[in-house]
Amino acid sequence: MDTETLHEQFKRKRRLESRKILLFQLLLLVLIFLFWQITTHYRILDPLIFSSPLAVAKLLVTKVMDATLFPHVWFTLMETVIGFLLGTLLGTLIAISLWSSITVAKVMDPYLVVLNAMPKVALGPMILVIFGPNVLSVIVMAISISVIVSTIVIFSAFQQVNENYLKVMQLFNASKAQTFKHVVLPASIPTIISTLKVNVGLSWVGVIVGEFLVSSKGLGYLIISGFQIFNFNLVFLSLIMIVILATIMYKCVEMIERFLLKKFNF
Amino acid sequence: MAFIDVCNIQHHFFNDHSYTTALKDISFSINEGEFISFIGPSGCGKSTLLSIIAGLIEPTSGVITHEAPSIDIGYMLQQDFLFPWKTIEENISLGLTILNKDEGQIVEDLLKQFRLSHTAKLYPQQLSGGMRQRIALARTLAVNPTLLLLDEPFSALDFHSKLDLENFVSETLKQFSKTAILVTHDIGEAIAMSDKVYLFSNRPGTILKSFTIPDEIRNLVPFDARNAPEYQPIFQTIWKELEANGYGNVT
Ligand SMILES: Nc1ncnc2c1ncn2[C@@H]1O[C@H](COP(=O)(O)OP(=O)(O)OP(=O)(O)O)[C@@H](O)[C@H]1O
Ligand SMILES: [Mg+2]
Repeated sequence: MDTETLHEQFKRKRRLESRKILLFQLLLLVLIFLFWQITTHYRILDPLIFSSPLAVAKLLVTKVMDATLFPHVWFTLMETVIGFLLGTLLGTLIAISLWSSITVAKVMDPYLVVLNAMPKVALGPMILVIFGPNVLSVIVMAISISVIVSTIVIFSAFQQVNENYLKVMQLFNASKAQTFKHVVLPASIPTIISTLKVNVGLSWVGVIVGEFLVSSKGLGYLIISGFQIFNFNLVFLSLIMIVILATIMYKCVEMIERFLLKKFNF
Repeated sequence: MAFIDVCNIQHHFFNDHSYTTALKDISFSINEGEFISFIGPSGCGKSTLLSIIAGLIEPTSGVITHEAPSIDIGYMLQQDFLFPWKTIEENISLGLTILNKDEGQIVEDLLKQFRLSHTAKLYPQQLSGGMRQRIALARTLAVNPTLLLLDEPFSALDFHSKLDLENFVSETLKQFSKTAILVTHDIGEAIAMSDKVYLFSNRPGTILKSFTIPDEIRNLVPFDARNAPEYQPIFQTIWKELEANGYGNVT
């Protein structure tokens, strides 16, 4: 047998393998929903609390029909994306300012540690009072959760750039800004991307908690109000929407990651 | 006055618990167009001395004076340190970009001369060690420095590429009539490439002796120099001197 056919065989085997995995994954998903449907149907799990896939689907259809779901979805998604972008951007900017002055960085160090250790969610009521019960509070909540950890991680990436690269720049008499542009930033791209991925999750936490508190609009609000009127169909519907949206957002970040890593040849 | 005068350089590295004396009583001078080499045991302070000459570190004491009011120094570090996120072309033009100089033909010409035009759009990882060293040299030469510092540029290479690159560098420097300082562990390389060889002691590094290389060897390219009849005697002299100072680990 020649190498051509061997290679073909190898590829076919790989394809079969990945198709098999996909099949099992789908099967597992179906099983989960089936289990959920059956257990709630025969009241092994209380359908009042655990709802059921069919009830959720029915609710989805009515809510799509009377257009009372989409505005909430859109609202939450917008808040999350804005919170995510601003949190990461702000974190990067703070990291840059720390990098540009060693003294500032050293002075700020313990404060960053404290801020990072503090559970930001505890600030919720304060944020609500300061920014009012509106979108702004929700976005600030999302930013507050992701910004400190982004700052710390990105700043430490800046600091870990191989000092010999910096030496090369120094030999060319490069300014700080030039050094940052040509060396420090590109060298830190992988770290910045990994914080992007973490921040997707953090922004969702911030937004949902924010909506719990503000309680006027969005999927977080639907969860809270569904809970208050004991409509768990609504709670589950909102949860499923969140899972789907968060996954899509994560996948988008992964696409950006692939693009950037390729662009900077990592 | 010489092109560069190094006078009584002494350098300590300090930390919280102790200090290390890396260099003491270093004095020598280089004339324009001269090629000199430093040989010495590992850790004796050769790289430190280059960094001091390049102005990257301030010596604890001593002065370095230049003939010209300002000289441009090109320093090729012990490893190539090409930027992996930049293409070969971008790596070479980096210095020009930073100095806001027009790249014009310079990069293209250098690549052509280094026989590496085909690599312009590639990334450093796609090149062999020898090619990367040549690119690092091209990056250093692109800004047209008047003094070139080379820190063991060939030490990571196999013997064949090393001989090849020695010839290449030697010819390139002659052609651009550059003043240069080479740090090496290889006595043969020092003899084949330079006009003068300085021998360093163990740490704290100081100059033990200097050897002037005879004209017969100087006028040959490094590869031929290694085969010249005058090569063996001077090799023996330096070798004996090294052994007398208690280090046999130098090849
Ligand atoms: N930044 C530094 N801080 C403290 N000590 C240092 C520093 N740089 C170098 N040294 C010390 O100074 C001495 C000289 O180092 P240097 O790198 O100049 O040696 P070298 O002669 O170039 O050695 P090699 O041949 O192995 O490259 C070494 O003992 C080293 O440990
Ligand atoms: Mg060294």
